[in-house]
Amino acid sequence: MKKPVALKFDGKQVQADENDSVLAAARANGIFIPSLCYYTGLSTVGACRLCLVEIKGVPRLLSACVTKVAQDMEVATATPKVVRYRRMMLELLFAERNHVCSFCVANGQCELQALAQRLGVVHTRYAYRYPRYQLDASHPKFLHDSNRCILCTRCARVCEEVEGARTWNVMGRGIHSDMMTDLNQPWGESPTCTTCGKCVQVCPTGALAERGVSAGEIRKRENILPYIESMRASGR
Amino acid sequence: MAKTVVIDPITRIEGHSKITVYLDDQDQVADAHFHVTQFRGFEKFTEGRPFQEMPAITARICGICPVSHLMASSKACDDLMAVKIPPTAVKLRRLMNLAQLTQSHALSFFHLSSPDFLLGFDSDPAQRHVLGVAAKYPEIAKDGIWLRKYGQQVIEWLGGKRIHPAWTVPGGVNAPLSEEVRQKILEGIPHGIEIVRRTLDFWKNTQGRFADEIEHFANFPSLFLGLVTPEGHLEHYDGFIRVVDADRKIIADKLEPTAYQHHIGEASLGDSYLKAPYFKPFGYPDGMYRVGPLARLNCCDACGTPLADKELLEFRALRKDGAVLSSFYYHHARLIEILFALERMQELCNTANIMNTHVRAVANPNKFEGVGVSEAPRGTLFHHYKINEQGLITWANLIVATGNNNLAMNKGIAQAAKFFVNGKDVKEGALNRVEAVIRCYDPCLSCSTHALGQMPIKLSIVNARGETIRELTRY
Ligand code: SF4
Ligand code: SF4
Repeated sequence: MKKPVALKFDGKQVQADENDSVLAAARANGIFIPSLCYYTGLSTVGACRLCLVEIKGVPRLLSACVTKVAQDMEVATATPKVVRYRRMMLELLFAERNHVCSFCVANGQCELQALAQRLGVVHTRYAYRYPRYQLDASHPKFLHDSNRCILCTRCARVCEEVEGARTWNVMGRGIHSDMMTDLNQPWGESPTCTTCGKCVQVCPTGALAERGVSAGEIRKRENILPYIESMRASGR
Repeated sequence: MAKTVVIDPITRIEGHSKITVYLDDQDQVADAHFHVTQFRGFEKFTEGRPFQEMPAITARICGICPVSHLMASSKACDDLMAVKIPPTAVKLRRLMNLAQLTQSHALSFFHLSSPDFLLGFDSDPAQRHVLGVAAKYPEIAKDGIWLRKYGQQVIEWLGGKRIHPAWTVPGGVNAPLSEEVRQKILEGIPHGIEIVRRTLDFWKNTQGRFADEIEHFANFPSLFLGLVTPEGHLEHYDGFIRVVDADRKIIADKLEPTAYQHHIGEASLGDSYLKAPYFKPFGYPDGMYRVGPLARLNCCDACGTPLADKELLEFRALRKDGAVLSSFYYHHARLIEILFALERMQELCNTANIMNTHVRAVANPNKFEGVGVSEAPRGTLFHHYKINEQGLITWANLIVATGNNNLAMNKGIAQAAKFFVNGKDVKEGALNRVEAVIRCYDPCLSCSTHALGQMPIKLSIVNARGETIRELTRY
């Protein structure tokens, strides 16, 4: 049952369905809220914290992707505090791993890079950690480079929720968290991976890529999941 | 007894080069050395990366011209894949390489070195830069700017709008040539040729004023090394290695570039991170050789294009009985090479299959080791990689033009310092000349600061007691 609610984004009156998230309502009305872990067609996890917004009467910032809309809600998407936190989140993502765009396969196609450009993040105030991650090139079709991973878990979710293979998972805790295939085996030896390539398609950065491509050569199709769903529904 | 001066590498400024002139007890110049810190960590840095990233990585982490690295690196990757890339891809890569040669040589000649020729080696250092030239000789400055811009535009037209074109890729190039770009390239060539021809005339007319510089700017016998076509013509992308001596006698010919390690040894000098390559059969240090425009013209039998060949005849006449030896003539050679590049680009754009859309070979790695060699504006460039079964880099070695010239640059500045520098009264103009010897070779460290039109360089005079008595820094 669809039940409409009225709410405000930055003073602008809009309508949404009561089951919508704040993020979905904003997007449906052309209001910009950045996000990285969110992906249309996958469950939401609120991992990247980029979609933080201020909601009147709530003392702390909330993630728009996991917050439901409500009647008469007043959402502020670009207060100085929100903007400050967003920048901080992005800067931390860059400082955490090795994002060297210039020779990255995703250069010019990367969602992280595009957001940094859009939000005017040209440097980070935090010291780079320069971790050293081994690249996993054992898969015959794909590469996994943790140096470029932002732990959005899109790969894990698409693999589990859409492909049903559940190859990807998070290992470790805190700053030592990382994505692993199966029980941290080389991807090429994974007994569960079907080589469908969905994880590569949804990865926002150059962490997952097809083999053999050079800098900036990655091409990702947008919005693949609604398409896959409709194809499945039509029985084709 | 003159003291030995050890310069602690830690104190060196990253990305800067340093010349040290050593004086003896009588305050006369005993020796001079050129030190560079530049490839530290490169091999470590690329370890574990997929080989397909190498062209883009090497185009950036090293100060030398990005396109040259794209070429040598892509060729090394082709070798790892064990493919023969489509003929049109070869032509397109050549086109971009020649455009790079044009813009880089124009920069070296007009922006970096012309202030010395036009305003004088002893002129006011505050004015002795490209803006000073623009004020006094606006026409020449305009020509230089046009030529450089044209070369850069061709690179951009071919490589797409992105600042650093990742257009040259393992296996070929990633987009074919469009008719529009072909036309645009062709349109600029006649004007470019006109500029080089009048600059050559101007250059020849000024020669009388520089007798001392010609005589003492790294003017000594040495070997010369460069790529030539199978017919022995001037070559920048492919071909074979040829080595000639000071008499222009061919010492070695048709050497497979991929077997460079058989012919070139690399010595480590205590006072510089830059290794000192030498021609193995002659041993170290007798195997000292020079690369770059001067070396290429000394090596080849002919350029292979009509206008450049006419100029080459005049160039040969500079030293009838052998190779042109004074490094001052690097500048002259650079102009001839621009002429050649423009003629060749015109020719390439007019060949039948240049618009062919089959421009990339696709393959997995089929070899564990690959070598790519090409001519950068400054000289022969070697890329050598090893990979594991997964295609990840396990080892890399580069020899860049500036490295090839290392021994000759050291010898050259020592020669110039002995002639021009008086240890008792060190004049700025004398130091400028010592520096200008380095500018003849147009070493790659200048690239990183090309935007400023000058290269960062620090020159120190050290007396017999090891005390620095004079320092000069330019940024
Ligand atoms: S390619 Fe493998 S890991 Fe990726 S979604 Fe498909 S099954 Fe999962
Ligand atoms: S590999 Fe890509 S999709 Fe998976 S968590 Fe990392 S950034 Fe996200």
